[in-house]
Amino acid sequence: MSEIAMRGWRRSDGRKGIRNYVAVAYLVECAHHVSKEIAWPYREQGAHVIGFPGCYPNGYALKMMQRLCTHPNVGAVLLISLGCEGFNKKLLERTIKDSGRPVQLLAIQENGGTRSTIEKGRQWVEAQLAALAAQPTEPMDVSELVVGTICGGSDATSGLTANPAMGRAFDFLVAEKAATIFEETGELIGMEDWMAARAVTPELGAELKACVAKAARYYETLGYPSFAPGNADGGLTTIEEKSLGAYAKSGASPISGIIKPGDIPPRGGLYLLDVVPDGEVRFGFPNISDNAEIAELIACGSHVILFSTGRGSVVGSALAPVIKVCANPRTYARMADDMDVNAGRILEGTADLDTVGREIFDLIKQVGAGAATKSEGLGHQEFILTYKSFEPIGPACLPAVA
Amino acid sequence: MASSDTDPRLLVLAPGDNIAVARLEIAADTTLSVAGRTVTLQRALGFGHKIALREIAAGEKIVKYGAPIGRATEAIPHGGYVHSHNLTSDYMASTVPVEAAP
Repeated sequence: MSEIAMRGWRRSDGRKGIRNYVAVAYLVECAHHVSKEIAWPYREQGAHVIGFPGCYPNGYALKMMQRLCTHPNVGAVLLISLGCEGFNKKLLERTIKDSGRPVQLLAIQENGGTRSTIEKGRQWVEAQLAALAAQPTEPMDVSELVVGTICGGSDATSGLTANPAMGRAFDFLVAEKAATIFEETGELIGMEDWMAARAVTPELGAELKACVAKAARYYETLGYPSFAPGNADGGLTTIEEKSLGAYAKSGASPISGIIKPGDIPPRGGLYLLDVVPDGEVRFGFPNISDNAEIAELIACGSHVILFSTGRGSVVGSALAPVIKVCANPRTYARMADDMDVNAGRILEGTADLDTVGREIFDLIKQVGAGAATKSEGLGHQEFILTYKSFEPIGPACLPAVA
Repeated sequence: MASSDTDPRLLVLAPGDNIAVARLEIAADTTLSVAGRTVTLQRALGFGHKIALREIAAGEKIVKYGAPIGRATEAIPHGGYVHSHNLTSDYMASTVPVEAAP
């Protein structure tokens, strides 16, 4: 296969985007409708809606919005405020301005209400889309990519085909110095000793174990079952074996560090994203649905998300393309329009892990060169952000920079 | 991988693994090749269920995808079925919950 030439838009922090979107961001649910209406006519031209629904301020949500609004795939940002919400909109606006991106803040209460704010917002978005379309791109190397991985709608095939194939793709990416991120610490229970042995330092290994122990405690408090009888019927015997299926997404590279939502990997390598909040259990489940995790992976700078599914998830995301890797050949046959890769061929014996891993790797580069994923083509732009609380990562979490 | 001398209905996930998994349900009494030995299944092997690729001693780690998933509680013959009757977690004393929640 001939080399695929990726091109990106260079941002002031040196990162490059593989898309050049206008983000329309609501700062409270009360501004969601207006934001949606502003973006709707331009949804196929690169206007994406993101936002935070809560009225009360939250440090995690602020950091997430700061990172998302300055994500390399974002070229300009329209902030929609009702006017009286608790979100620190001035700080968010300044963060975006400091990044060199055009930003406009419209408060609905100060702009004549719904109709006139929609009108003003659309004028601004239209002007920005025209300006962004004229911006030049530069060649982009695999080493400049950040790729996240997640699984959702899993079944017994996920751990046998799609997850390890994505792990293989991760190995190819890391070999070319890209940054890769895996997460779901609650699904790594039983794998921590094994995982810790892959850490680049013993101190990081200890942090990896602590990270999984935190997840185990958190889910136990919430009454989450870790191993159900249905797992045994599917052929899984132990918790280690069940976790191994999810763990396989990480591939076989050394683990370079632990990051938390909104932390950008400092260089290439494999990173664990700790998505479980710190401190006592608050605000309910850590991630209420797959898109909450996808948003966190994107806030960490992911340009592309690899999504493994057995039963058949259809979601995409705002701001970054989602590549759907289907684990189950029957699901693929039923939902081929939604699936980018058929990893079920591994079960049918018509492809091996390396072949599918290489296919995923090549597809990432094609998407980086501008090709649309299935979910992008279908207009999927899901986004969700809820309350959480985190402490900053400790010094042992990123050994190479400490 | 030992795939060349193993029936294609079995999936050997990584080199060094001591078990393979069934790609699809294989009926009882089926005779098939497992890492060079001909084995007749005593019982049906469900999709995703495990079979030993060689003799495994009591106490030995069961290795799947290159990772240990627990240890054998008894000696398992080459071609033997591997599940909760002869494999236990190193992580939790009891793996399968007693109460059967739907």
